[in-house]
Amino acid sequence: MNKKLKAVIIGPGNIGTDMLMKMQRSEWIEPVWMVGIDPESEGLKRAAEMGIKTCSTGVDGVLEHIIADDVRVAFDATSAYVHAENSRKLNELGVIMVDLTPAAVGPFCVPPVNLTDHARNLEMNVNMVTCGGQATIPMIAAVSRVQPVAYGEIVATVSSRSVGPGTRQNIDEFTRTTAGAVEKVGGAKEGKAIIIINPAEPPLMMRDTIHCLTEGEPDQTAITESIHAMVKEVQKYVPGYTLINGPIFDGNKVSCYMQVEGLGDFLPKYAGNLDIMTAAALRTAEMFAEEAADGTITLPARG
Amino acid sequence: MNLNGKKVTLHDMSLRDGMHAKRHQISLDEMVSISTAMDEAGMPLIEVTHGDGLGGRSLNYGFPAHSDEEYLRAVVPKMKNARISALLLPGIGTVDHLKMAKDCGVSTIRVATHCTEADVSEQHIGMAAKMEMDTVGFLMMAHMVSPEKILEQAKLMVSYGANCIYATDSAGYMLPDDVTAHIGLLRTELPSNVEIGFHGHHNLGMGIANSLAAIEAGASRIDGSVAGLGAGAGNTPLEVFCAVLERMGVETGVDLYKIMDVAEDLVVPMMDQPIRVDRNALTLGYAGVYSSFLLFAERAEKKYGISARDILVELGRRGTVGGQEDMIEDLALTMAKEKGLI
Repeated sequence: MNKKLKAVIIGPGNIGTDMLMKMQRSEWIEPVWMVGIDPESEGLKRAAEMGIKTCSTGVDGVLEHIIADDVRVAFDATSAYVHAENSRKLNELGVIMVDLTPAAVGPFCVPPVNLTDHARNLEMNVNMVTCGGQATIPMIAAVSRVQPVAYGEIVATVSSRSVGPGTRQNIDEFTRTTAGAVEKVGGAKEGKAIIIINPAEPPLMMRDTIHCLTEGEPDQTAITESIHAMVKEVQKYVPGYTLINGPIFDGNKVSCYMQVEGLGDFLPKYAGNLDIMTAAALRTAEMFAEEAADGTITLPARG
Repeated sequence: MNLNGKKVTLHDMSLRDGMHAKRHQISLDEMVSISTAMDEAGMPLIEVTHGDGLGGRSLNYGFPAHSDEEYLRAVVPKMKNARISALLLPGIGTVDHLKMAKDCGVSTIRVATHCTEADVSEQHIGMAAKMEMDTVGFLMMAHMVSPEKILEQAKLMVSYGANCIYATDSAGYMLPDDVTAHIGLLRTELPSNVEIGFHGHHNLGMGIANSLAAIEAGASRIDGSVAGLGAGAGNTPLEVFCAVLERMGVETGVDLYKIMDVAEDLVVPMMDQPIRVDRNALTLGYAGVYSSFLLFAERAEKKYGISARDILVELGRRGTVGGQEDMIEDLALTMAKEKGLI
């Protein structure tokens, strides 16, 4: 039996296309459908050229094929406004939803921190937080697993070209959602998130700064070791995730300076912020597939 | 230059931009005594928040002595005539902060973005306008782009609801002709009911000259700070500017002697260091770097042995923008590694 889980991607934009390219290399996920709402869209044409089925009538148009094609996982790269409905319809058919929108219907998922828990609980909807969250929360968690973090702060600097209109129209959603996940997933008692958009040409690589205030004096050796181990975990799915400087210790403050270079599949390499989202989303689905294959979890039954 | 008979609204920055120079440590008593004295002197608009605006409280920019809300609740009720403004940088502060400021009695909201990124301000400008606040779009680092680009971005902010647009010389890099070109195009092309403003830094000693050029080109709001207390070499020193404007026959409504006294008796004694065009502040202006980077670069110099001037020049070369304070320690570490210092 084929161990790969079959997948549908909703939203044939830059993110959806990049994810499709990554998925075609995956040992665990097989892309089957690309869903859009405009039959003339470049993204759907690209997907068809790449050999997968396309549907231009939204999620409703693909529902009748879900069981027949044994689709088990969906990636939603549309918008928070339509995500809840997409998720409800697909969850009813037993499809696990990986949410790349800011909707946050399901729990936040940052793969090296809490993906195993979500997979074992068979969460039917997981949310990928934000690009800044994916790039920084592993480092907050790397500190908080050593000792309590009273305050965690992240600064994500991204190139202007890599920030789409959706994020721009609701930039508060980025700061709020990321700060919330710094607390909920990262384990900081108080979280703060800042995003800076830089228009320099050529575009700058995504950069992230992570500061933690530990409770009590930081255990420098243990924290340094934990951070290096966590960087390696993230590098498994984002090879260009690099600790440029740090950890730097200053009193109770622990600081790390990161750079995130993308794989350059469909999105340019500088857009590490987008790459880390697609890579984390794929990694999430792969973990569900691995756990299903070794019998740790049982996917929803189908006749 | 003939500005005789023109009217301008002066807007004091010493309690907001000045927070940078004070590492955000101005006390509530100092805020109240200085703002009260400025009100008494006839200053029409006074800005009060963390140096990086509402929500700026952070390790990245510095924890302030008090929260924005504490400062605003202390100052606003004490004002007889002056109105209080608050700065908000989308990506740092949110509409929640904006609503808090409105609730504290702030009348003017200034929503600041980098000069090419105005479209991140839609929800904040829209909300402030909807709450019928005096809503200002504040385009930072204006020296980095052409007047045409500033106009394009200004039009976005106006479409979201801004009733005033600023060209902001955050790096103190602009020369009077640059100001004339930027402000002049905004004044010619934007609707006449949209006010134009200019915010300068004195890093090349051009604060006064640039502000005069702005008025001549059609700006009706000018930022400065009493005794120049602001980031870098400070803002246009308002008591000096008042004296110049009085001689030129420009109406400001500010009492010259009283504002001179605020500067000399209250603000200068509060300074942690002289606010002047020293070597590093000059480098900001020369290299086109965001003024609040100054003290961060000086701290990095002390910690890692890399000259603040070298750090600032490299930050300029890399096209850093406002808010990228975290780049300073990161870059200093990288430079120190390259030099074998660490």
